[in-house]
Amino acid sequence: MVKSRSDLAFNIVVYVIMGIVLLVTLVPVLFVVSMSFTPYAEVIKNGGFVLIPRSFTLTAYREMLQDGKLAHSMLLTVWVTLVGTGSNLLVTLLTAYPLSRRRMPGQKWVMKLIVFTMVFSAGTIPTYLVVKETGLLNSMWSLFVPTMVSVYNLIIMKAFFEGLPEELFESARIDGATEFGVLLRIVMPMSLPILMTIGMYYAVDHWNTYTNAVLYITNTAKYPLQVVLRAKLRANTTDITADDVVPPETLKMAAVVFATVPIVVIYPFIQKYFVKGTLAGAVKG
Amino acid sequence: MSQTVKLPRRKGRFRATIIRWWPLYLMLIPGIIYFALYKYYPMAGLVLAFKKFNAKLGIYGSPWVDPWFKYFKQFFGSPANSRVLSNTITLSLWKLGMGLLPSLIFAIAVSECKARWFARITQTISYLPHFFSWSVVYGICLAMLGQPNGIVNVLFKRLGMNAIPFMTSNKYFQGVLVGSDLWKGLGWGAIIYLAAIMGIDTSLYEAATVDGCGRFRQIWYITLPCLRNIFIVLLITKVGNVLSAGFNQVYIMMTDEVKTSGEIIDTWVYTQGIGKMNYSLATAVGLFKSAISCVLVFGTNALARKWDSALW
Repeated sequence: MVKSRSDLAFNIVVYVIMGIVLLVTLVPVLFVVSMSFTPYAEVIKNGGFVLIPRSFTLTAYREMLQDGKLAHSMLLTVWVTLVGTGSNLLVTLLTAYPLSRRRMPGQKWVMKLIVFTMVFSAGTIPTYLVVKETGLLNSMWSLFVPTMVSVYNLIIMKAFFEGLPEELFESARIDGATEFGVLLRIVMPMSLPILMTIGMYYAVDHWNTYTNAVLYITNTAKYPLQVVLRAKLRANTTDITADDVVPPETLKMAAVVFATVPIVVIYPFIQKYFVKGTLAGAVKG
Repeated sequence: MSQTVKLPRRKGRFRATIIRWWPLYLMLIPGIIYFALYKYYPMAGLVLAFKKFNAKLGIYGSPWVDPWFKYFKQFFGSPANSRVLSNTITLSLWKLGMGLLPSLIFAIAVSECKARWFARITQTISYLPHFFSWSVVYGICLAMLGQPNGIVNVLFKRLGMNAIPFMTSNKYFQGVLVGSDLWKGLGWGAIIYLAAIMGIDTSLYEAATVDGCGRFRQIWYITLPCLRNIFIVLLITKVGNVLSAGFNQVYIMMTDEVKTSGEIIDTWVYTQGIGKMNYSLATAVGLFKSAISCVLVFGTNALARKWDSALW
């Protein structure tokens, strides 16, 4: 039968595409993780090629933490992620909610002015000079204050609020609730998925923060995690001596894993929220 | 919808508006301060592109340059900079294509996969690289493509082939940038297509099946036409970025050896402006970049309006 043969061919194509994506995504990650845990002797025995290690060691991690620099930058980054995400989420919420109320006079104009900043930006240097003028250079605040609200996240959140039924606000107002009361007791509990999603976007941005750091921070003691990681990856590795217990390649891989672990750990828990939230935003936005 | 309350005097209407909406206006204040201070106020600093910056006199006290386009001429006059411009455009066009098409194919494969558990697992895993930082992706690239210890080169050596300096040769560096961008964004880019595919009326497929239309042809005649609008919207939003080829990625992965093929406008502006403190020159180039992207966004949108897919 012609039809079933074409169906079979179709299914093969589908599974081949998905299999390729799965392999291409997983193999590099698996390889890096294995490298960081494999004793050097086994790496050499296998010709520098270990996908699933047969023996296991934590020396690379121990040595990396003894260095202190990476651990220090990680603490800074944790602080920025917590404080930054909290502030981002609060300001975005407070901006998105009024803008979702279409009957508020001026709503359209404020929204237009905000969206315009997506299309036209002042550029690196004028922004840098304002950050300097506002006294944020070399402070941890420069990592999130100059990028307080992402317009993209704002639009997603606003679209979600617009989807809430209008009668909700009307009846709450008749019951004598204040606008702040409505936001706090009605809107926010109903918007948990979108708040989690946007919160995670911001948190990941802060965990991975790089651009703001190289622009506004010159004091190397204040560098966030990813900047320190990149410097480690760049470090010269040609002069390996016999005294090195852990080869630099392994150390680098350990640093890569170290910088990714929090994301991979939190990821499965938030995953179900963000797919829902992102879809809601994507369809409307 | 506009406010329907009509009062005789303007002043009275204004007061009524404030009384009715003040809590919401109050909420807007932090956001408005942010956008005014860090988005609009810096735009005034763009005059720097036409002034010779003097730290003592400040932006507004610095003298105007003569001719006014001096810094633009300085940038475009140098042949080394035309290389920067062409790198930027080549890279971002490749990234645009590689960011839109493979994700589309992957999204269709996921939606057509009959084993839902397999589809879900593949999807979840494919999102993961989106959350990795560029430093981490750089580390992964070194582990895979580095020389001599990258896994690919180790394999080549075993097969008796010569090692290829992917990360340090101008011949391959742009490919590495495009490839790693594809690797990072493939799964995430599929989300939006999947959302659109889910919105397609299933009765269309049922009718097609009854008419004896195979699954390949269903994709060609139903799925792809239904995705046209979302594709155009994505294209519009990304076309404006044609002069931003990804500062973060390039800055992190570029070494001196591959500067010829890797330098883009944003990294150039960073080196000139923040590094060498040539504020005026760097501002001029930044202004050029913003103006072009602004024109492109409005232009493509006007074009798309002809096909009824405009953003606004």
